[in-house]
Amino acid sequence: MAKDIADSAEANQKLIEEVLAAYPDKAKKKRAKHLAVAQPMTEAEPGIQSKCDTVKSNIKSVPGVMTIRGCAYAGSKGVVWGPVKDMLHISHGPVGCGHYSWSQRRNYYTGTTGIDSFVTMQVTTDFQENDIVFGGDKKLEKTIDELNELFPLNKGISIQSECPIGLIGDDIEAVSKKKAKDIDKRIVPVRCEGFRGVSQSLGHHIANDMIRDWVLEAGEGARAGYVAGAYDVNIIGDYNIGGDAWSSRILLEEIGLNVIAQWSGDATIAEIERAPAAKLNLIHCYRSMSYICRHMEEKHGVPWMEYNFFGPSQIAASLRAIAAKFDATIQANAEAVIAKYQPLVDAVNAKYRPRLEGKTVMLYVGGLRPRHVVDAYHDLGMEIVGTGYEFAHNDDYKRTGHYIKEGTLIYDDVSGYELEKFIESVRPDLVGSGIKEKYNTQKMGIPFRQMHSWDYSGPYHGYDGYAIFARDMDLAINNPVWGMFDAPWKKSA
Amino acid sequence: MPQSAENILDHKDLFKEPEYQAMLEKKRATYENATPAEKVEEVADWTKSWDYREKNLARSCVTINPAKACQPLGAVFAAAGYDSTMSFVHGSQGCVAYYRSHLARHFKEPSSAVSSSMTEDAAVFGGLNNMIEGLANTYALYSPKMIAVSTTCMAEVIGDDLNSFILKSKEKESVPADFPVPFAHTPAFVGSHVDGYDNMQKGILSNFWKDAPRTAGEGINIIPGFDGYVVGNIREMKRMLGLMGVEATVLGDASDVYDTPSDGEYRMYSGGTTQDEIKAALNAKATISLQEYCTRKTLAYCEEQGQETASFHYPMGVQATDEFLMKLSELTGKEVPEQLRLERGRLIDAMADSQAYLHGKTYAIYGDPDFVYAMARFVMEMGGEPKHCLATNGGKDWEAQMTALLASSPFGEGCQVWAGKDLWHLRSILATEPADLLIGNSYGKYLEKDCNIPLIRLTFPIFDRHHHHRFPTFGYQGALTVLVKLLDTILDKLDTESDISFDLTR
Repeated sequence: MAKDIADSAEANQKLIEEVLAAYPDKAKKKRAKHLAVAQPMTEAEPGIQSKCDTVKSNIKSVPGVMTIRGCAYAGSKGVVWGPVKDMLHISHGPVGCGHYSWSQRRNYYTGTTGIDSFVTMQVTTDFQENDIVFGGDKKLEKTIDELNELFPLNKGISIQSECPIGLIGDDIEAVSKKKAKDIDKRIVPVRCEGFRGVSQSLGHHIANDMIRDWVLEAGEGARAGYVAGAYDVNIIGDYNIGGDAWSSRILLEEIGLNVIAQWSGDATIAEIERAPAAKLNLIHCYRSMSYICRHMEEKHGVPWMEYNFFGPSQIAASLRAIAAKFDATIQANAEAVIAKYQPLVDAVNAKYRPRLEGKTVMLYVGGLRPRHVVDAYHDLGMEIVGTGYEFAHNDDYKRTGHYIKEGTLIYDDVSGYELEKFIESVRPDLVGSGIKEKYNTQKMGIPFRQMHSWDYSGPYHGYDGYAIFARDMDLAINNPVWGMFDAPWKKSA
Repeated sequence: MPQSAENILDHKDLFKEPEYQAMLEKKRATYENATPAEKVEEVADWTKSWDYREKNLARSCVTINPAKACQPLGAVFAAAGYDSTMSFVHGSQGCVAYYRSHLARHFKEPSSAVSSSMTEDAAVFGGLNNMIEGLANTYALYSPKMIAVSTTCMAEVIGDDLNSFILKSKEKESVPADFPVPFAHTPAFVGSHVDGYDNMQKGILSNFWKDAPRTAGEGINIIPGFDGYVVGNIREMKRMLGLMGVEATVLGDASDVYDTPSDGEYRMYSGGTTQDEIKAALNAKATISLQEYCTRKTLAYCEEQGQETASFHYPMGVQATDEFLMKLSELTGKEVPEQLRLERGRLIDAMADSQAYLHGKTYAIYGDPDFVYAMARFVMEMGGEPKHCLATNGGKDWEAQMTALLASSPFGEGCQVWAGKDLWHLRSILATEPADLLIGNSYGKYLEKDCNIPLIRLTFPIFDRHHHHRFPTFGYQGALTVLVKLLDTILDKLDTESDISFDLTR
């Protein structure tokens, strides 16, 4: 069934042209800017293998093409705010947005749901026609009172605006100020209406800005009186999907650092308030939380650095880079931790690498993983033949060149049509993308893993996560089902 | 170190290991400013009290864990029942990502729909240009035979007029002038997904029926309604019709598009009711709705065309299937065949064999209005006693119908009907007045855990169990499947709770 893989730059360029041919002229012109082949570097830059930022990104999706993107609400409620576990997050507007995003991102947390933690709940003002006509501020006020009565241990409430809020002129900021006084808790209005911006990405940005304005700079909160230690750090941009932040935190603690805040997987509002006291911000998902890191750097003098805990090569490099920001003790600890886990890495590779060596992978994920997971695949001997982002910006594509070799197919905000054609032509051994892409791909006989939710597995971060990652890629690719697609009485052509 | 290559622990076990437990405990104790455990327990106990229940039931503004989705989901589902039809949802694009994900997670199948991707500028100037460009792109890329347009709440709030937009798009040659682009306004702030289904069904039928002359014939149309079991159910219904010798048109039939084979080819479209069938359906003698609350406007429209209509509340269980078959027989003059009488007898036989375990069991049932009605009725047929029937998207009319149904059987005595309530209400209700079993969808797993009541997943959406929708719940055969699911849950529970009475034969 497998065809030769068209991995040369020329073949990929031809493939792009073929795919574009199906579009009407106007859409073709727009989409052509988002599809490219990773180019050679004109000037050598250390650590960069290829030039991926020739594609345009962070631009409006073309109507009617079946973009895979979501919206600003998904970026704020679904990604940034939703995992903050001791706050209630109101999906403010009609019932659907909160319903479809209910419990779908697997942001693990500890706590008692409905009592002191609220992540897997769908709280909504369930707008009716009257609320649209007469405005929803009064309903929102009463909603806050009702929530505070029924969930007295909540540590605050966020208001996640759905599309109508910004269109009908509600003043959720005024409601927030008033009710924060009434109930003496933090209330955060977020203007993340789904029509704002071009993807989830603006929702991340707005959510970060609201953390800045309504939490970090709205009083010290739990930060007051906190005496920071020399090894205090924050994990930023880890949503604890399948427990990712935990399998990361354990490594940081092992090298001697104190993680004083996790943003926002398994986070409490106290951790967020205290974060500016830390000595260093460690950011995993650069795309969704770089904004607040820059703010904390400028306003609170907290430096920040990116790290990558996917796969042993990147984990070791990241641990060393993080340790280099601290003293010799931490650096020695980092070496000890890397050495401690090396036998696990060796055993995992010995078990799985022979089963995965040389297998090709196409990725299409959000704003970080299309580059961040690449070396984890390389650690298993696998090869990336195509990658792309739903909502990356230019700086993400620039960073992609750290991981991706020349000639790789690059697709930004890919349409359903394009992705199907790319997969059909390239026929990789594995595709890593989302639920909307999963079943289409599998029906073509190509193994698939969801790379947003870890396909209900995980964690994938850290050394513990790498073992699970390797197991999952193996079970996806080497399951016998892929060999049974053709009925034996039908001779294949 | 808990992890090893020989025995790889994932999220289920990894975090139970002492290293992680210690880490999480330290996080909670040092950084979370967590509420003390005693206080958490005190509040947790309070949330199970009558005092809490009264406060919870008194809320008038906030909705918590509602068992309903919004209109466009129903519209997308309805359009999927028609041959090579692409749903085009006019408004913000995130909504479409949500509907597609939601349907894919339930069916474990691809789900296609496109968006007109409206953003801030469209919010100011309207989305006409998005539609003109979008329809052209959809038509070129996905070669549909029909594009069914519905709306997100954004387009509804700014007042975009689909009819004029589609006409203008055709003027601009986005699609050929004679290309069918039925539409339905589906505001998310009115009703729920069942209403979106209704609006889109009406939109599709009226697109083909308006201005067409009707020649009354003998045909029968069947509208299934929004149904997560559509795959198994439509096939079972067609089998029953085949046994009766009745040729009916299903408006529309999504059983194939949500159940395509894995043979190397991805089919974006598969099966579905054709446009010729839709056109011919105007001449039908009667249109039957299998779910009244999914088709109120559509059936009224069919009546306006001069058709007879009949509606049911999900033909599941004995009497509901009897009534459905007898109505078909009445409308077509064809007798219910012996084969179906035998199947009915086999179902009754199974119910009689197992009645000792079913009699007197109490149930809490939630879901869409028609499903809850059917489920409560079937439970009573088995000697079970519904205690709580809840539909977040049920109104006063549903409440009255439920009350009448429950009054029709001694097994319905004492059952409370909760129209418009949500699953957080149900938590309080079950904590104070429990039932033996809970029937609903995957969201019920939180209630199962909190209230320690076994959940039986029998309605949309089912995310965390696979493939149940491939088996029917309609008809006598479907009733047998449902019966077995209830029995398995009851008997598993009995075994789990038994020590001395751990009997081999039950």
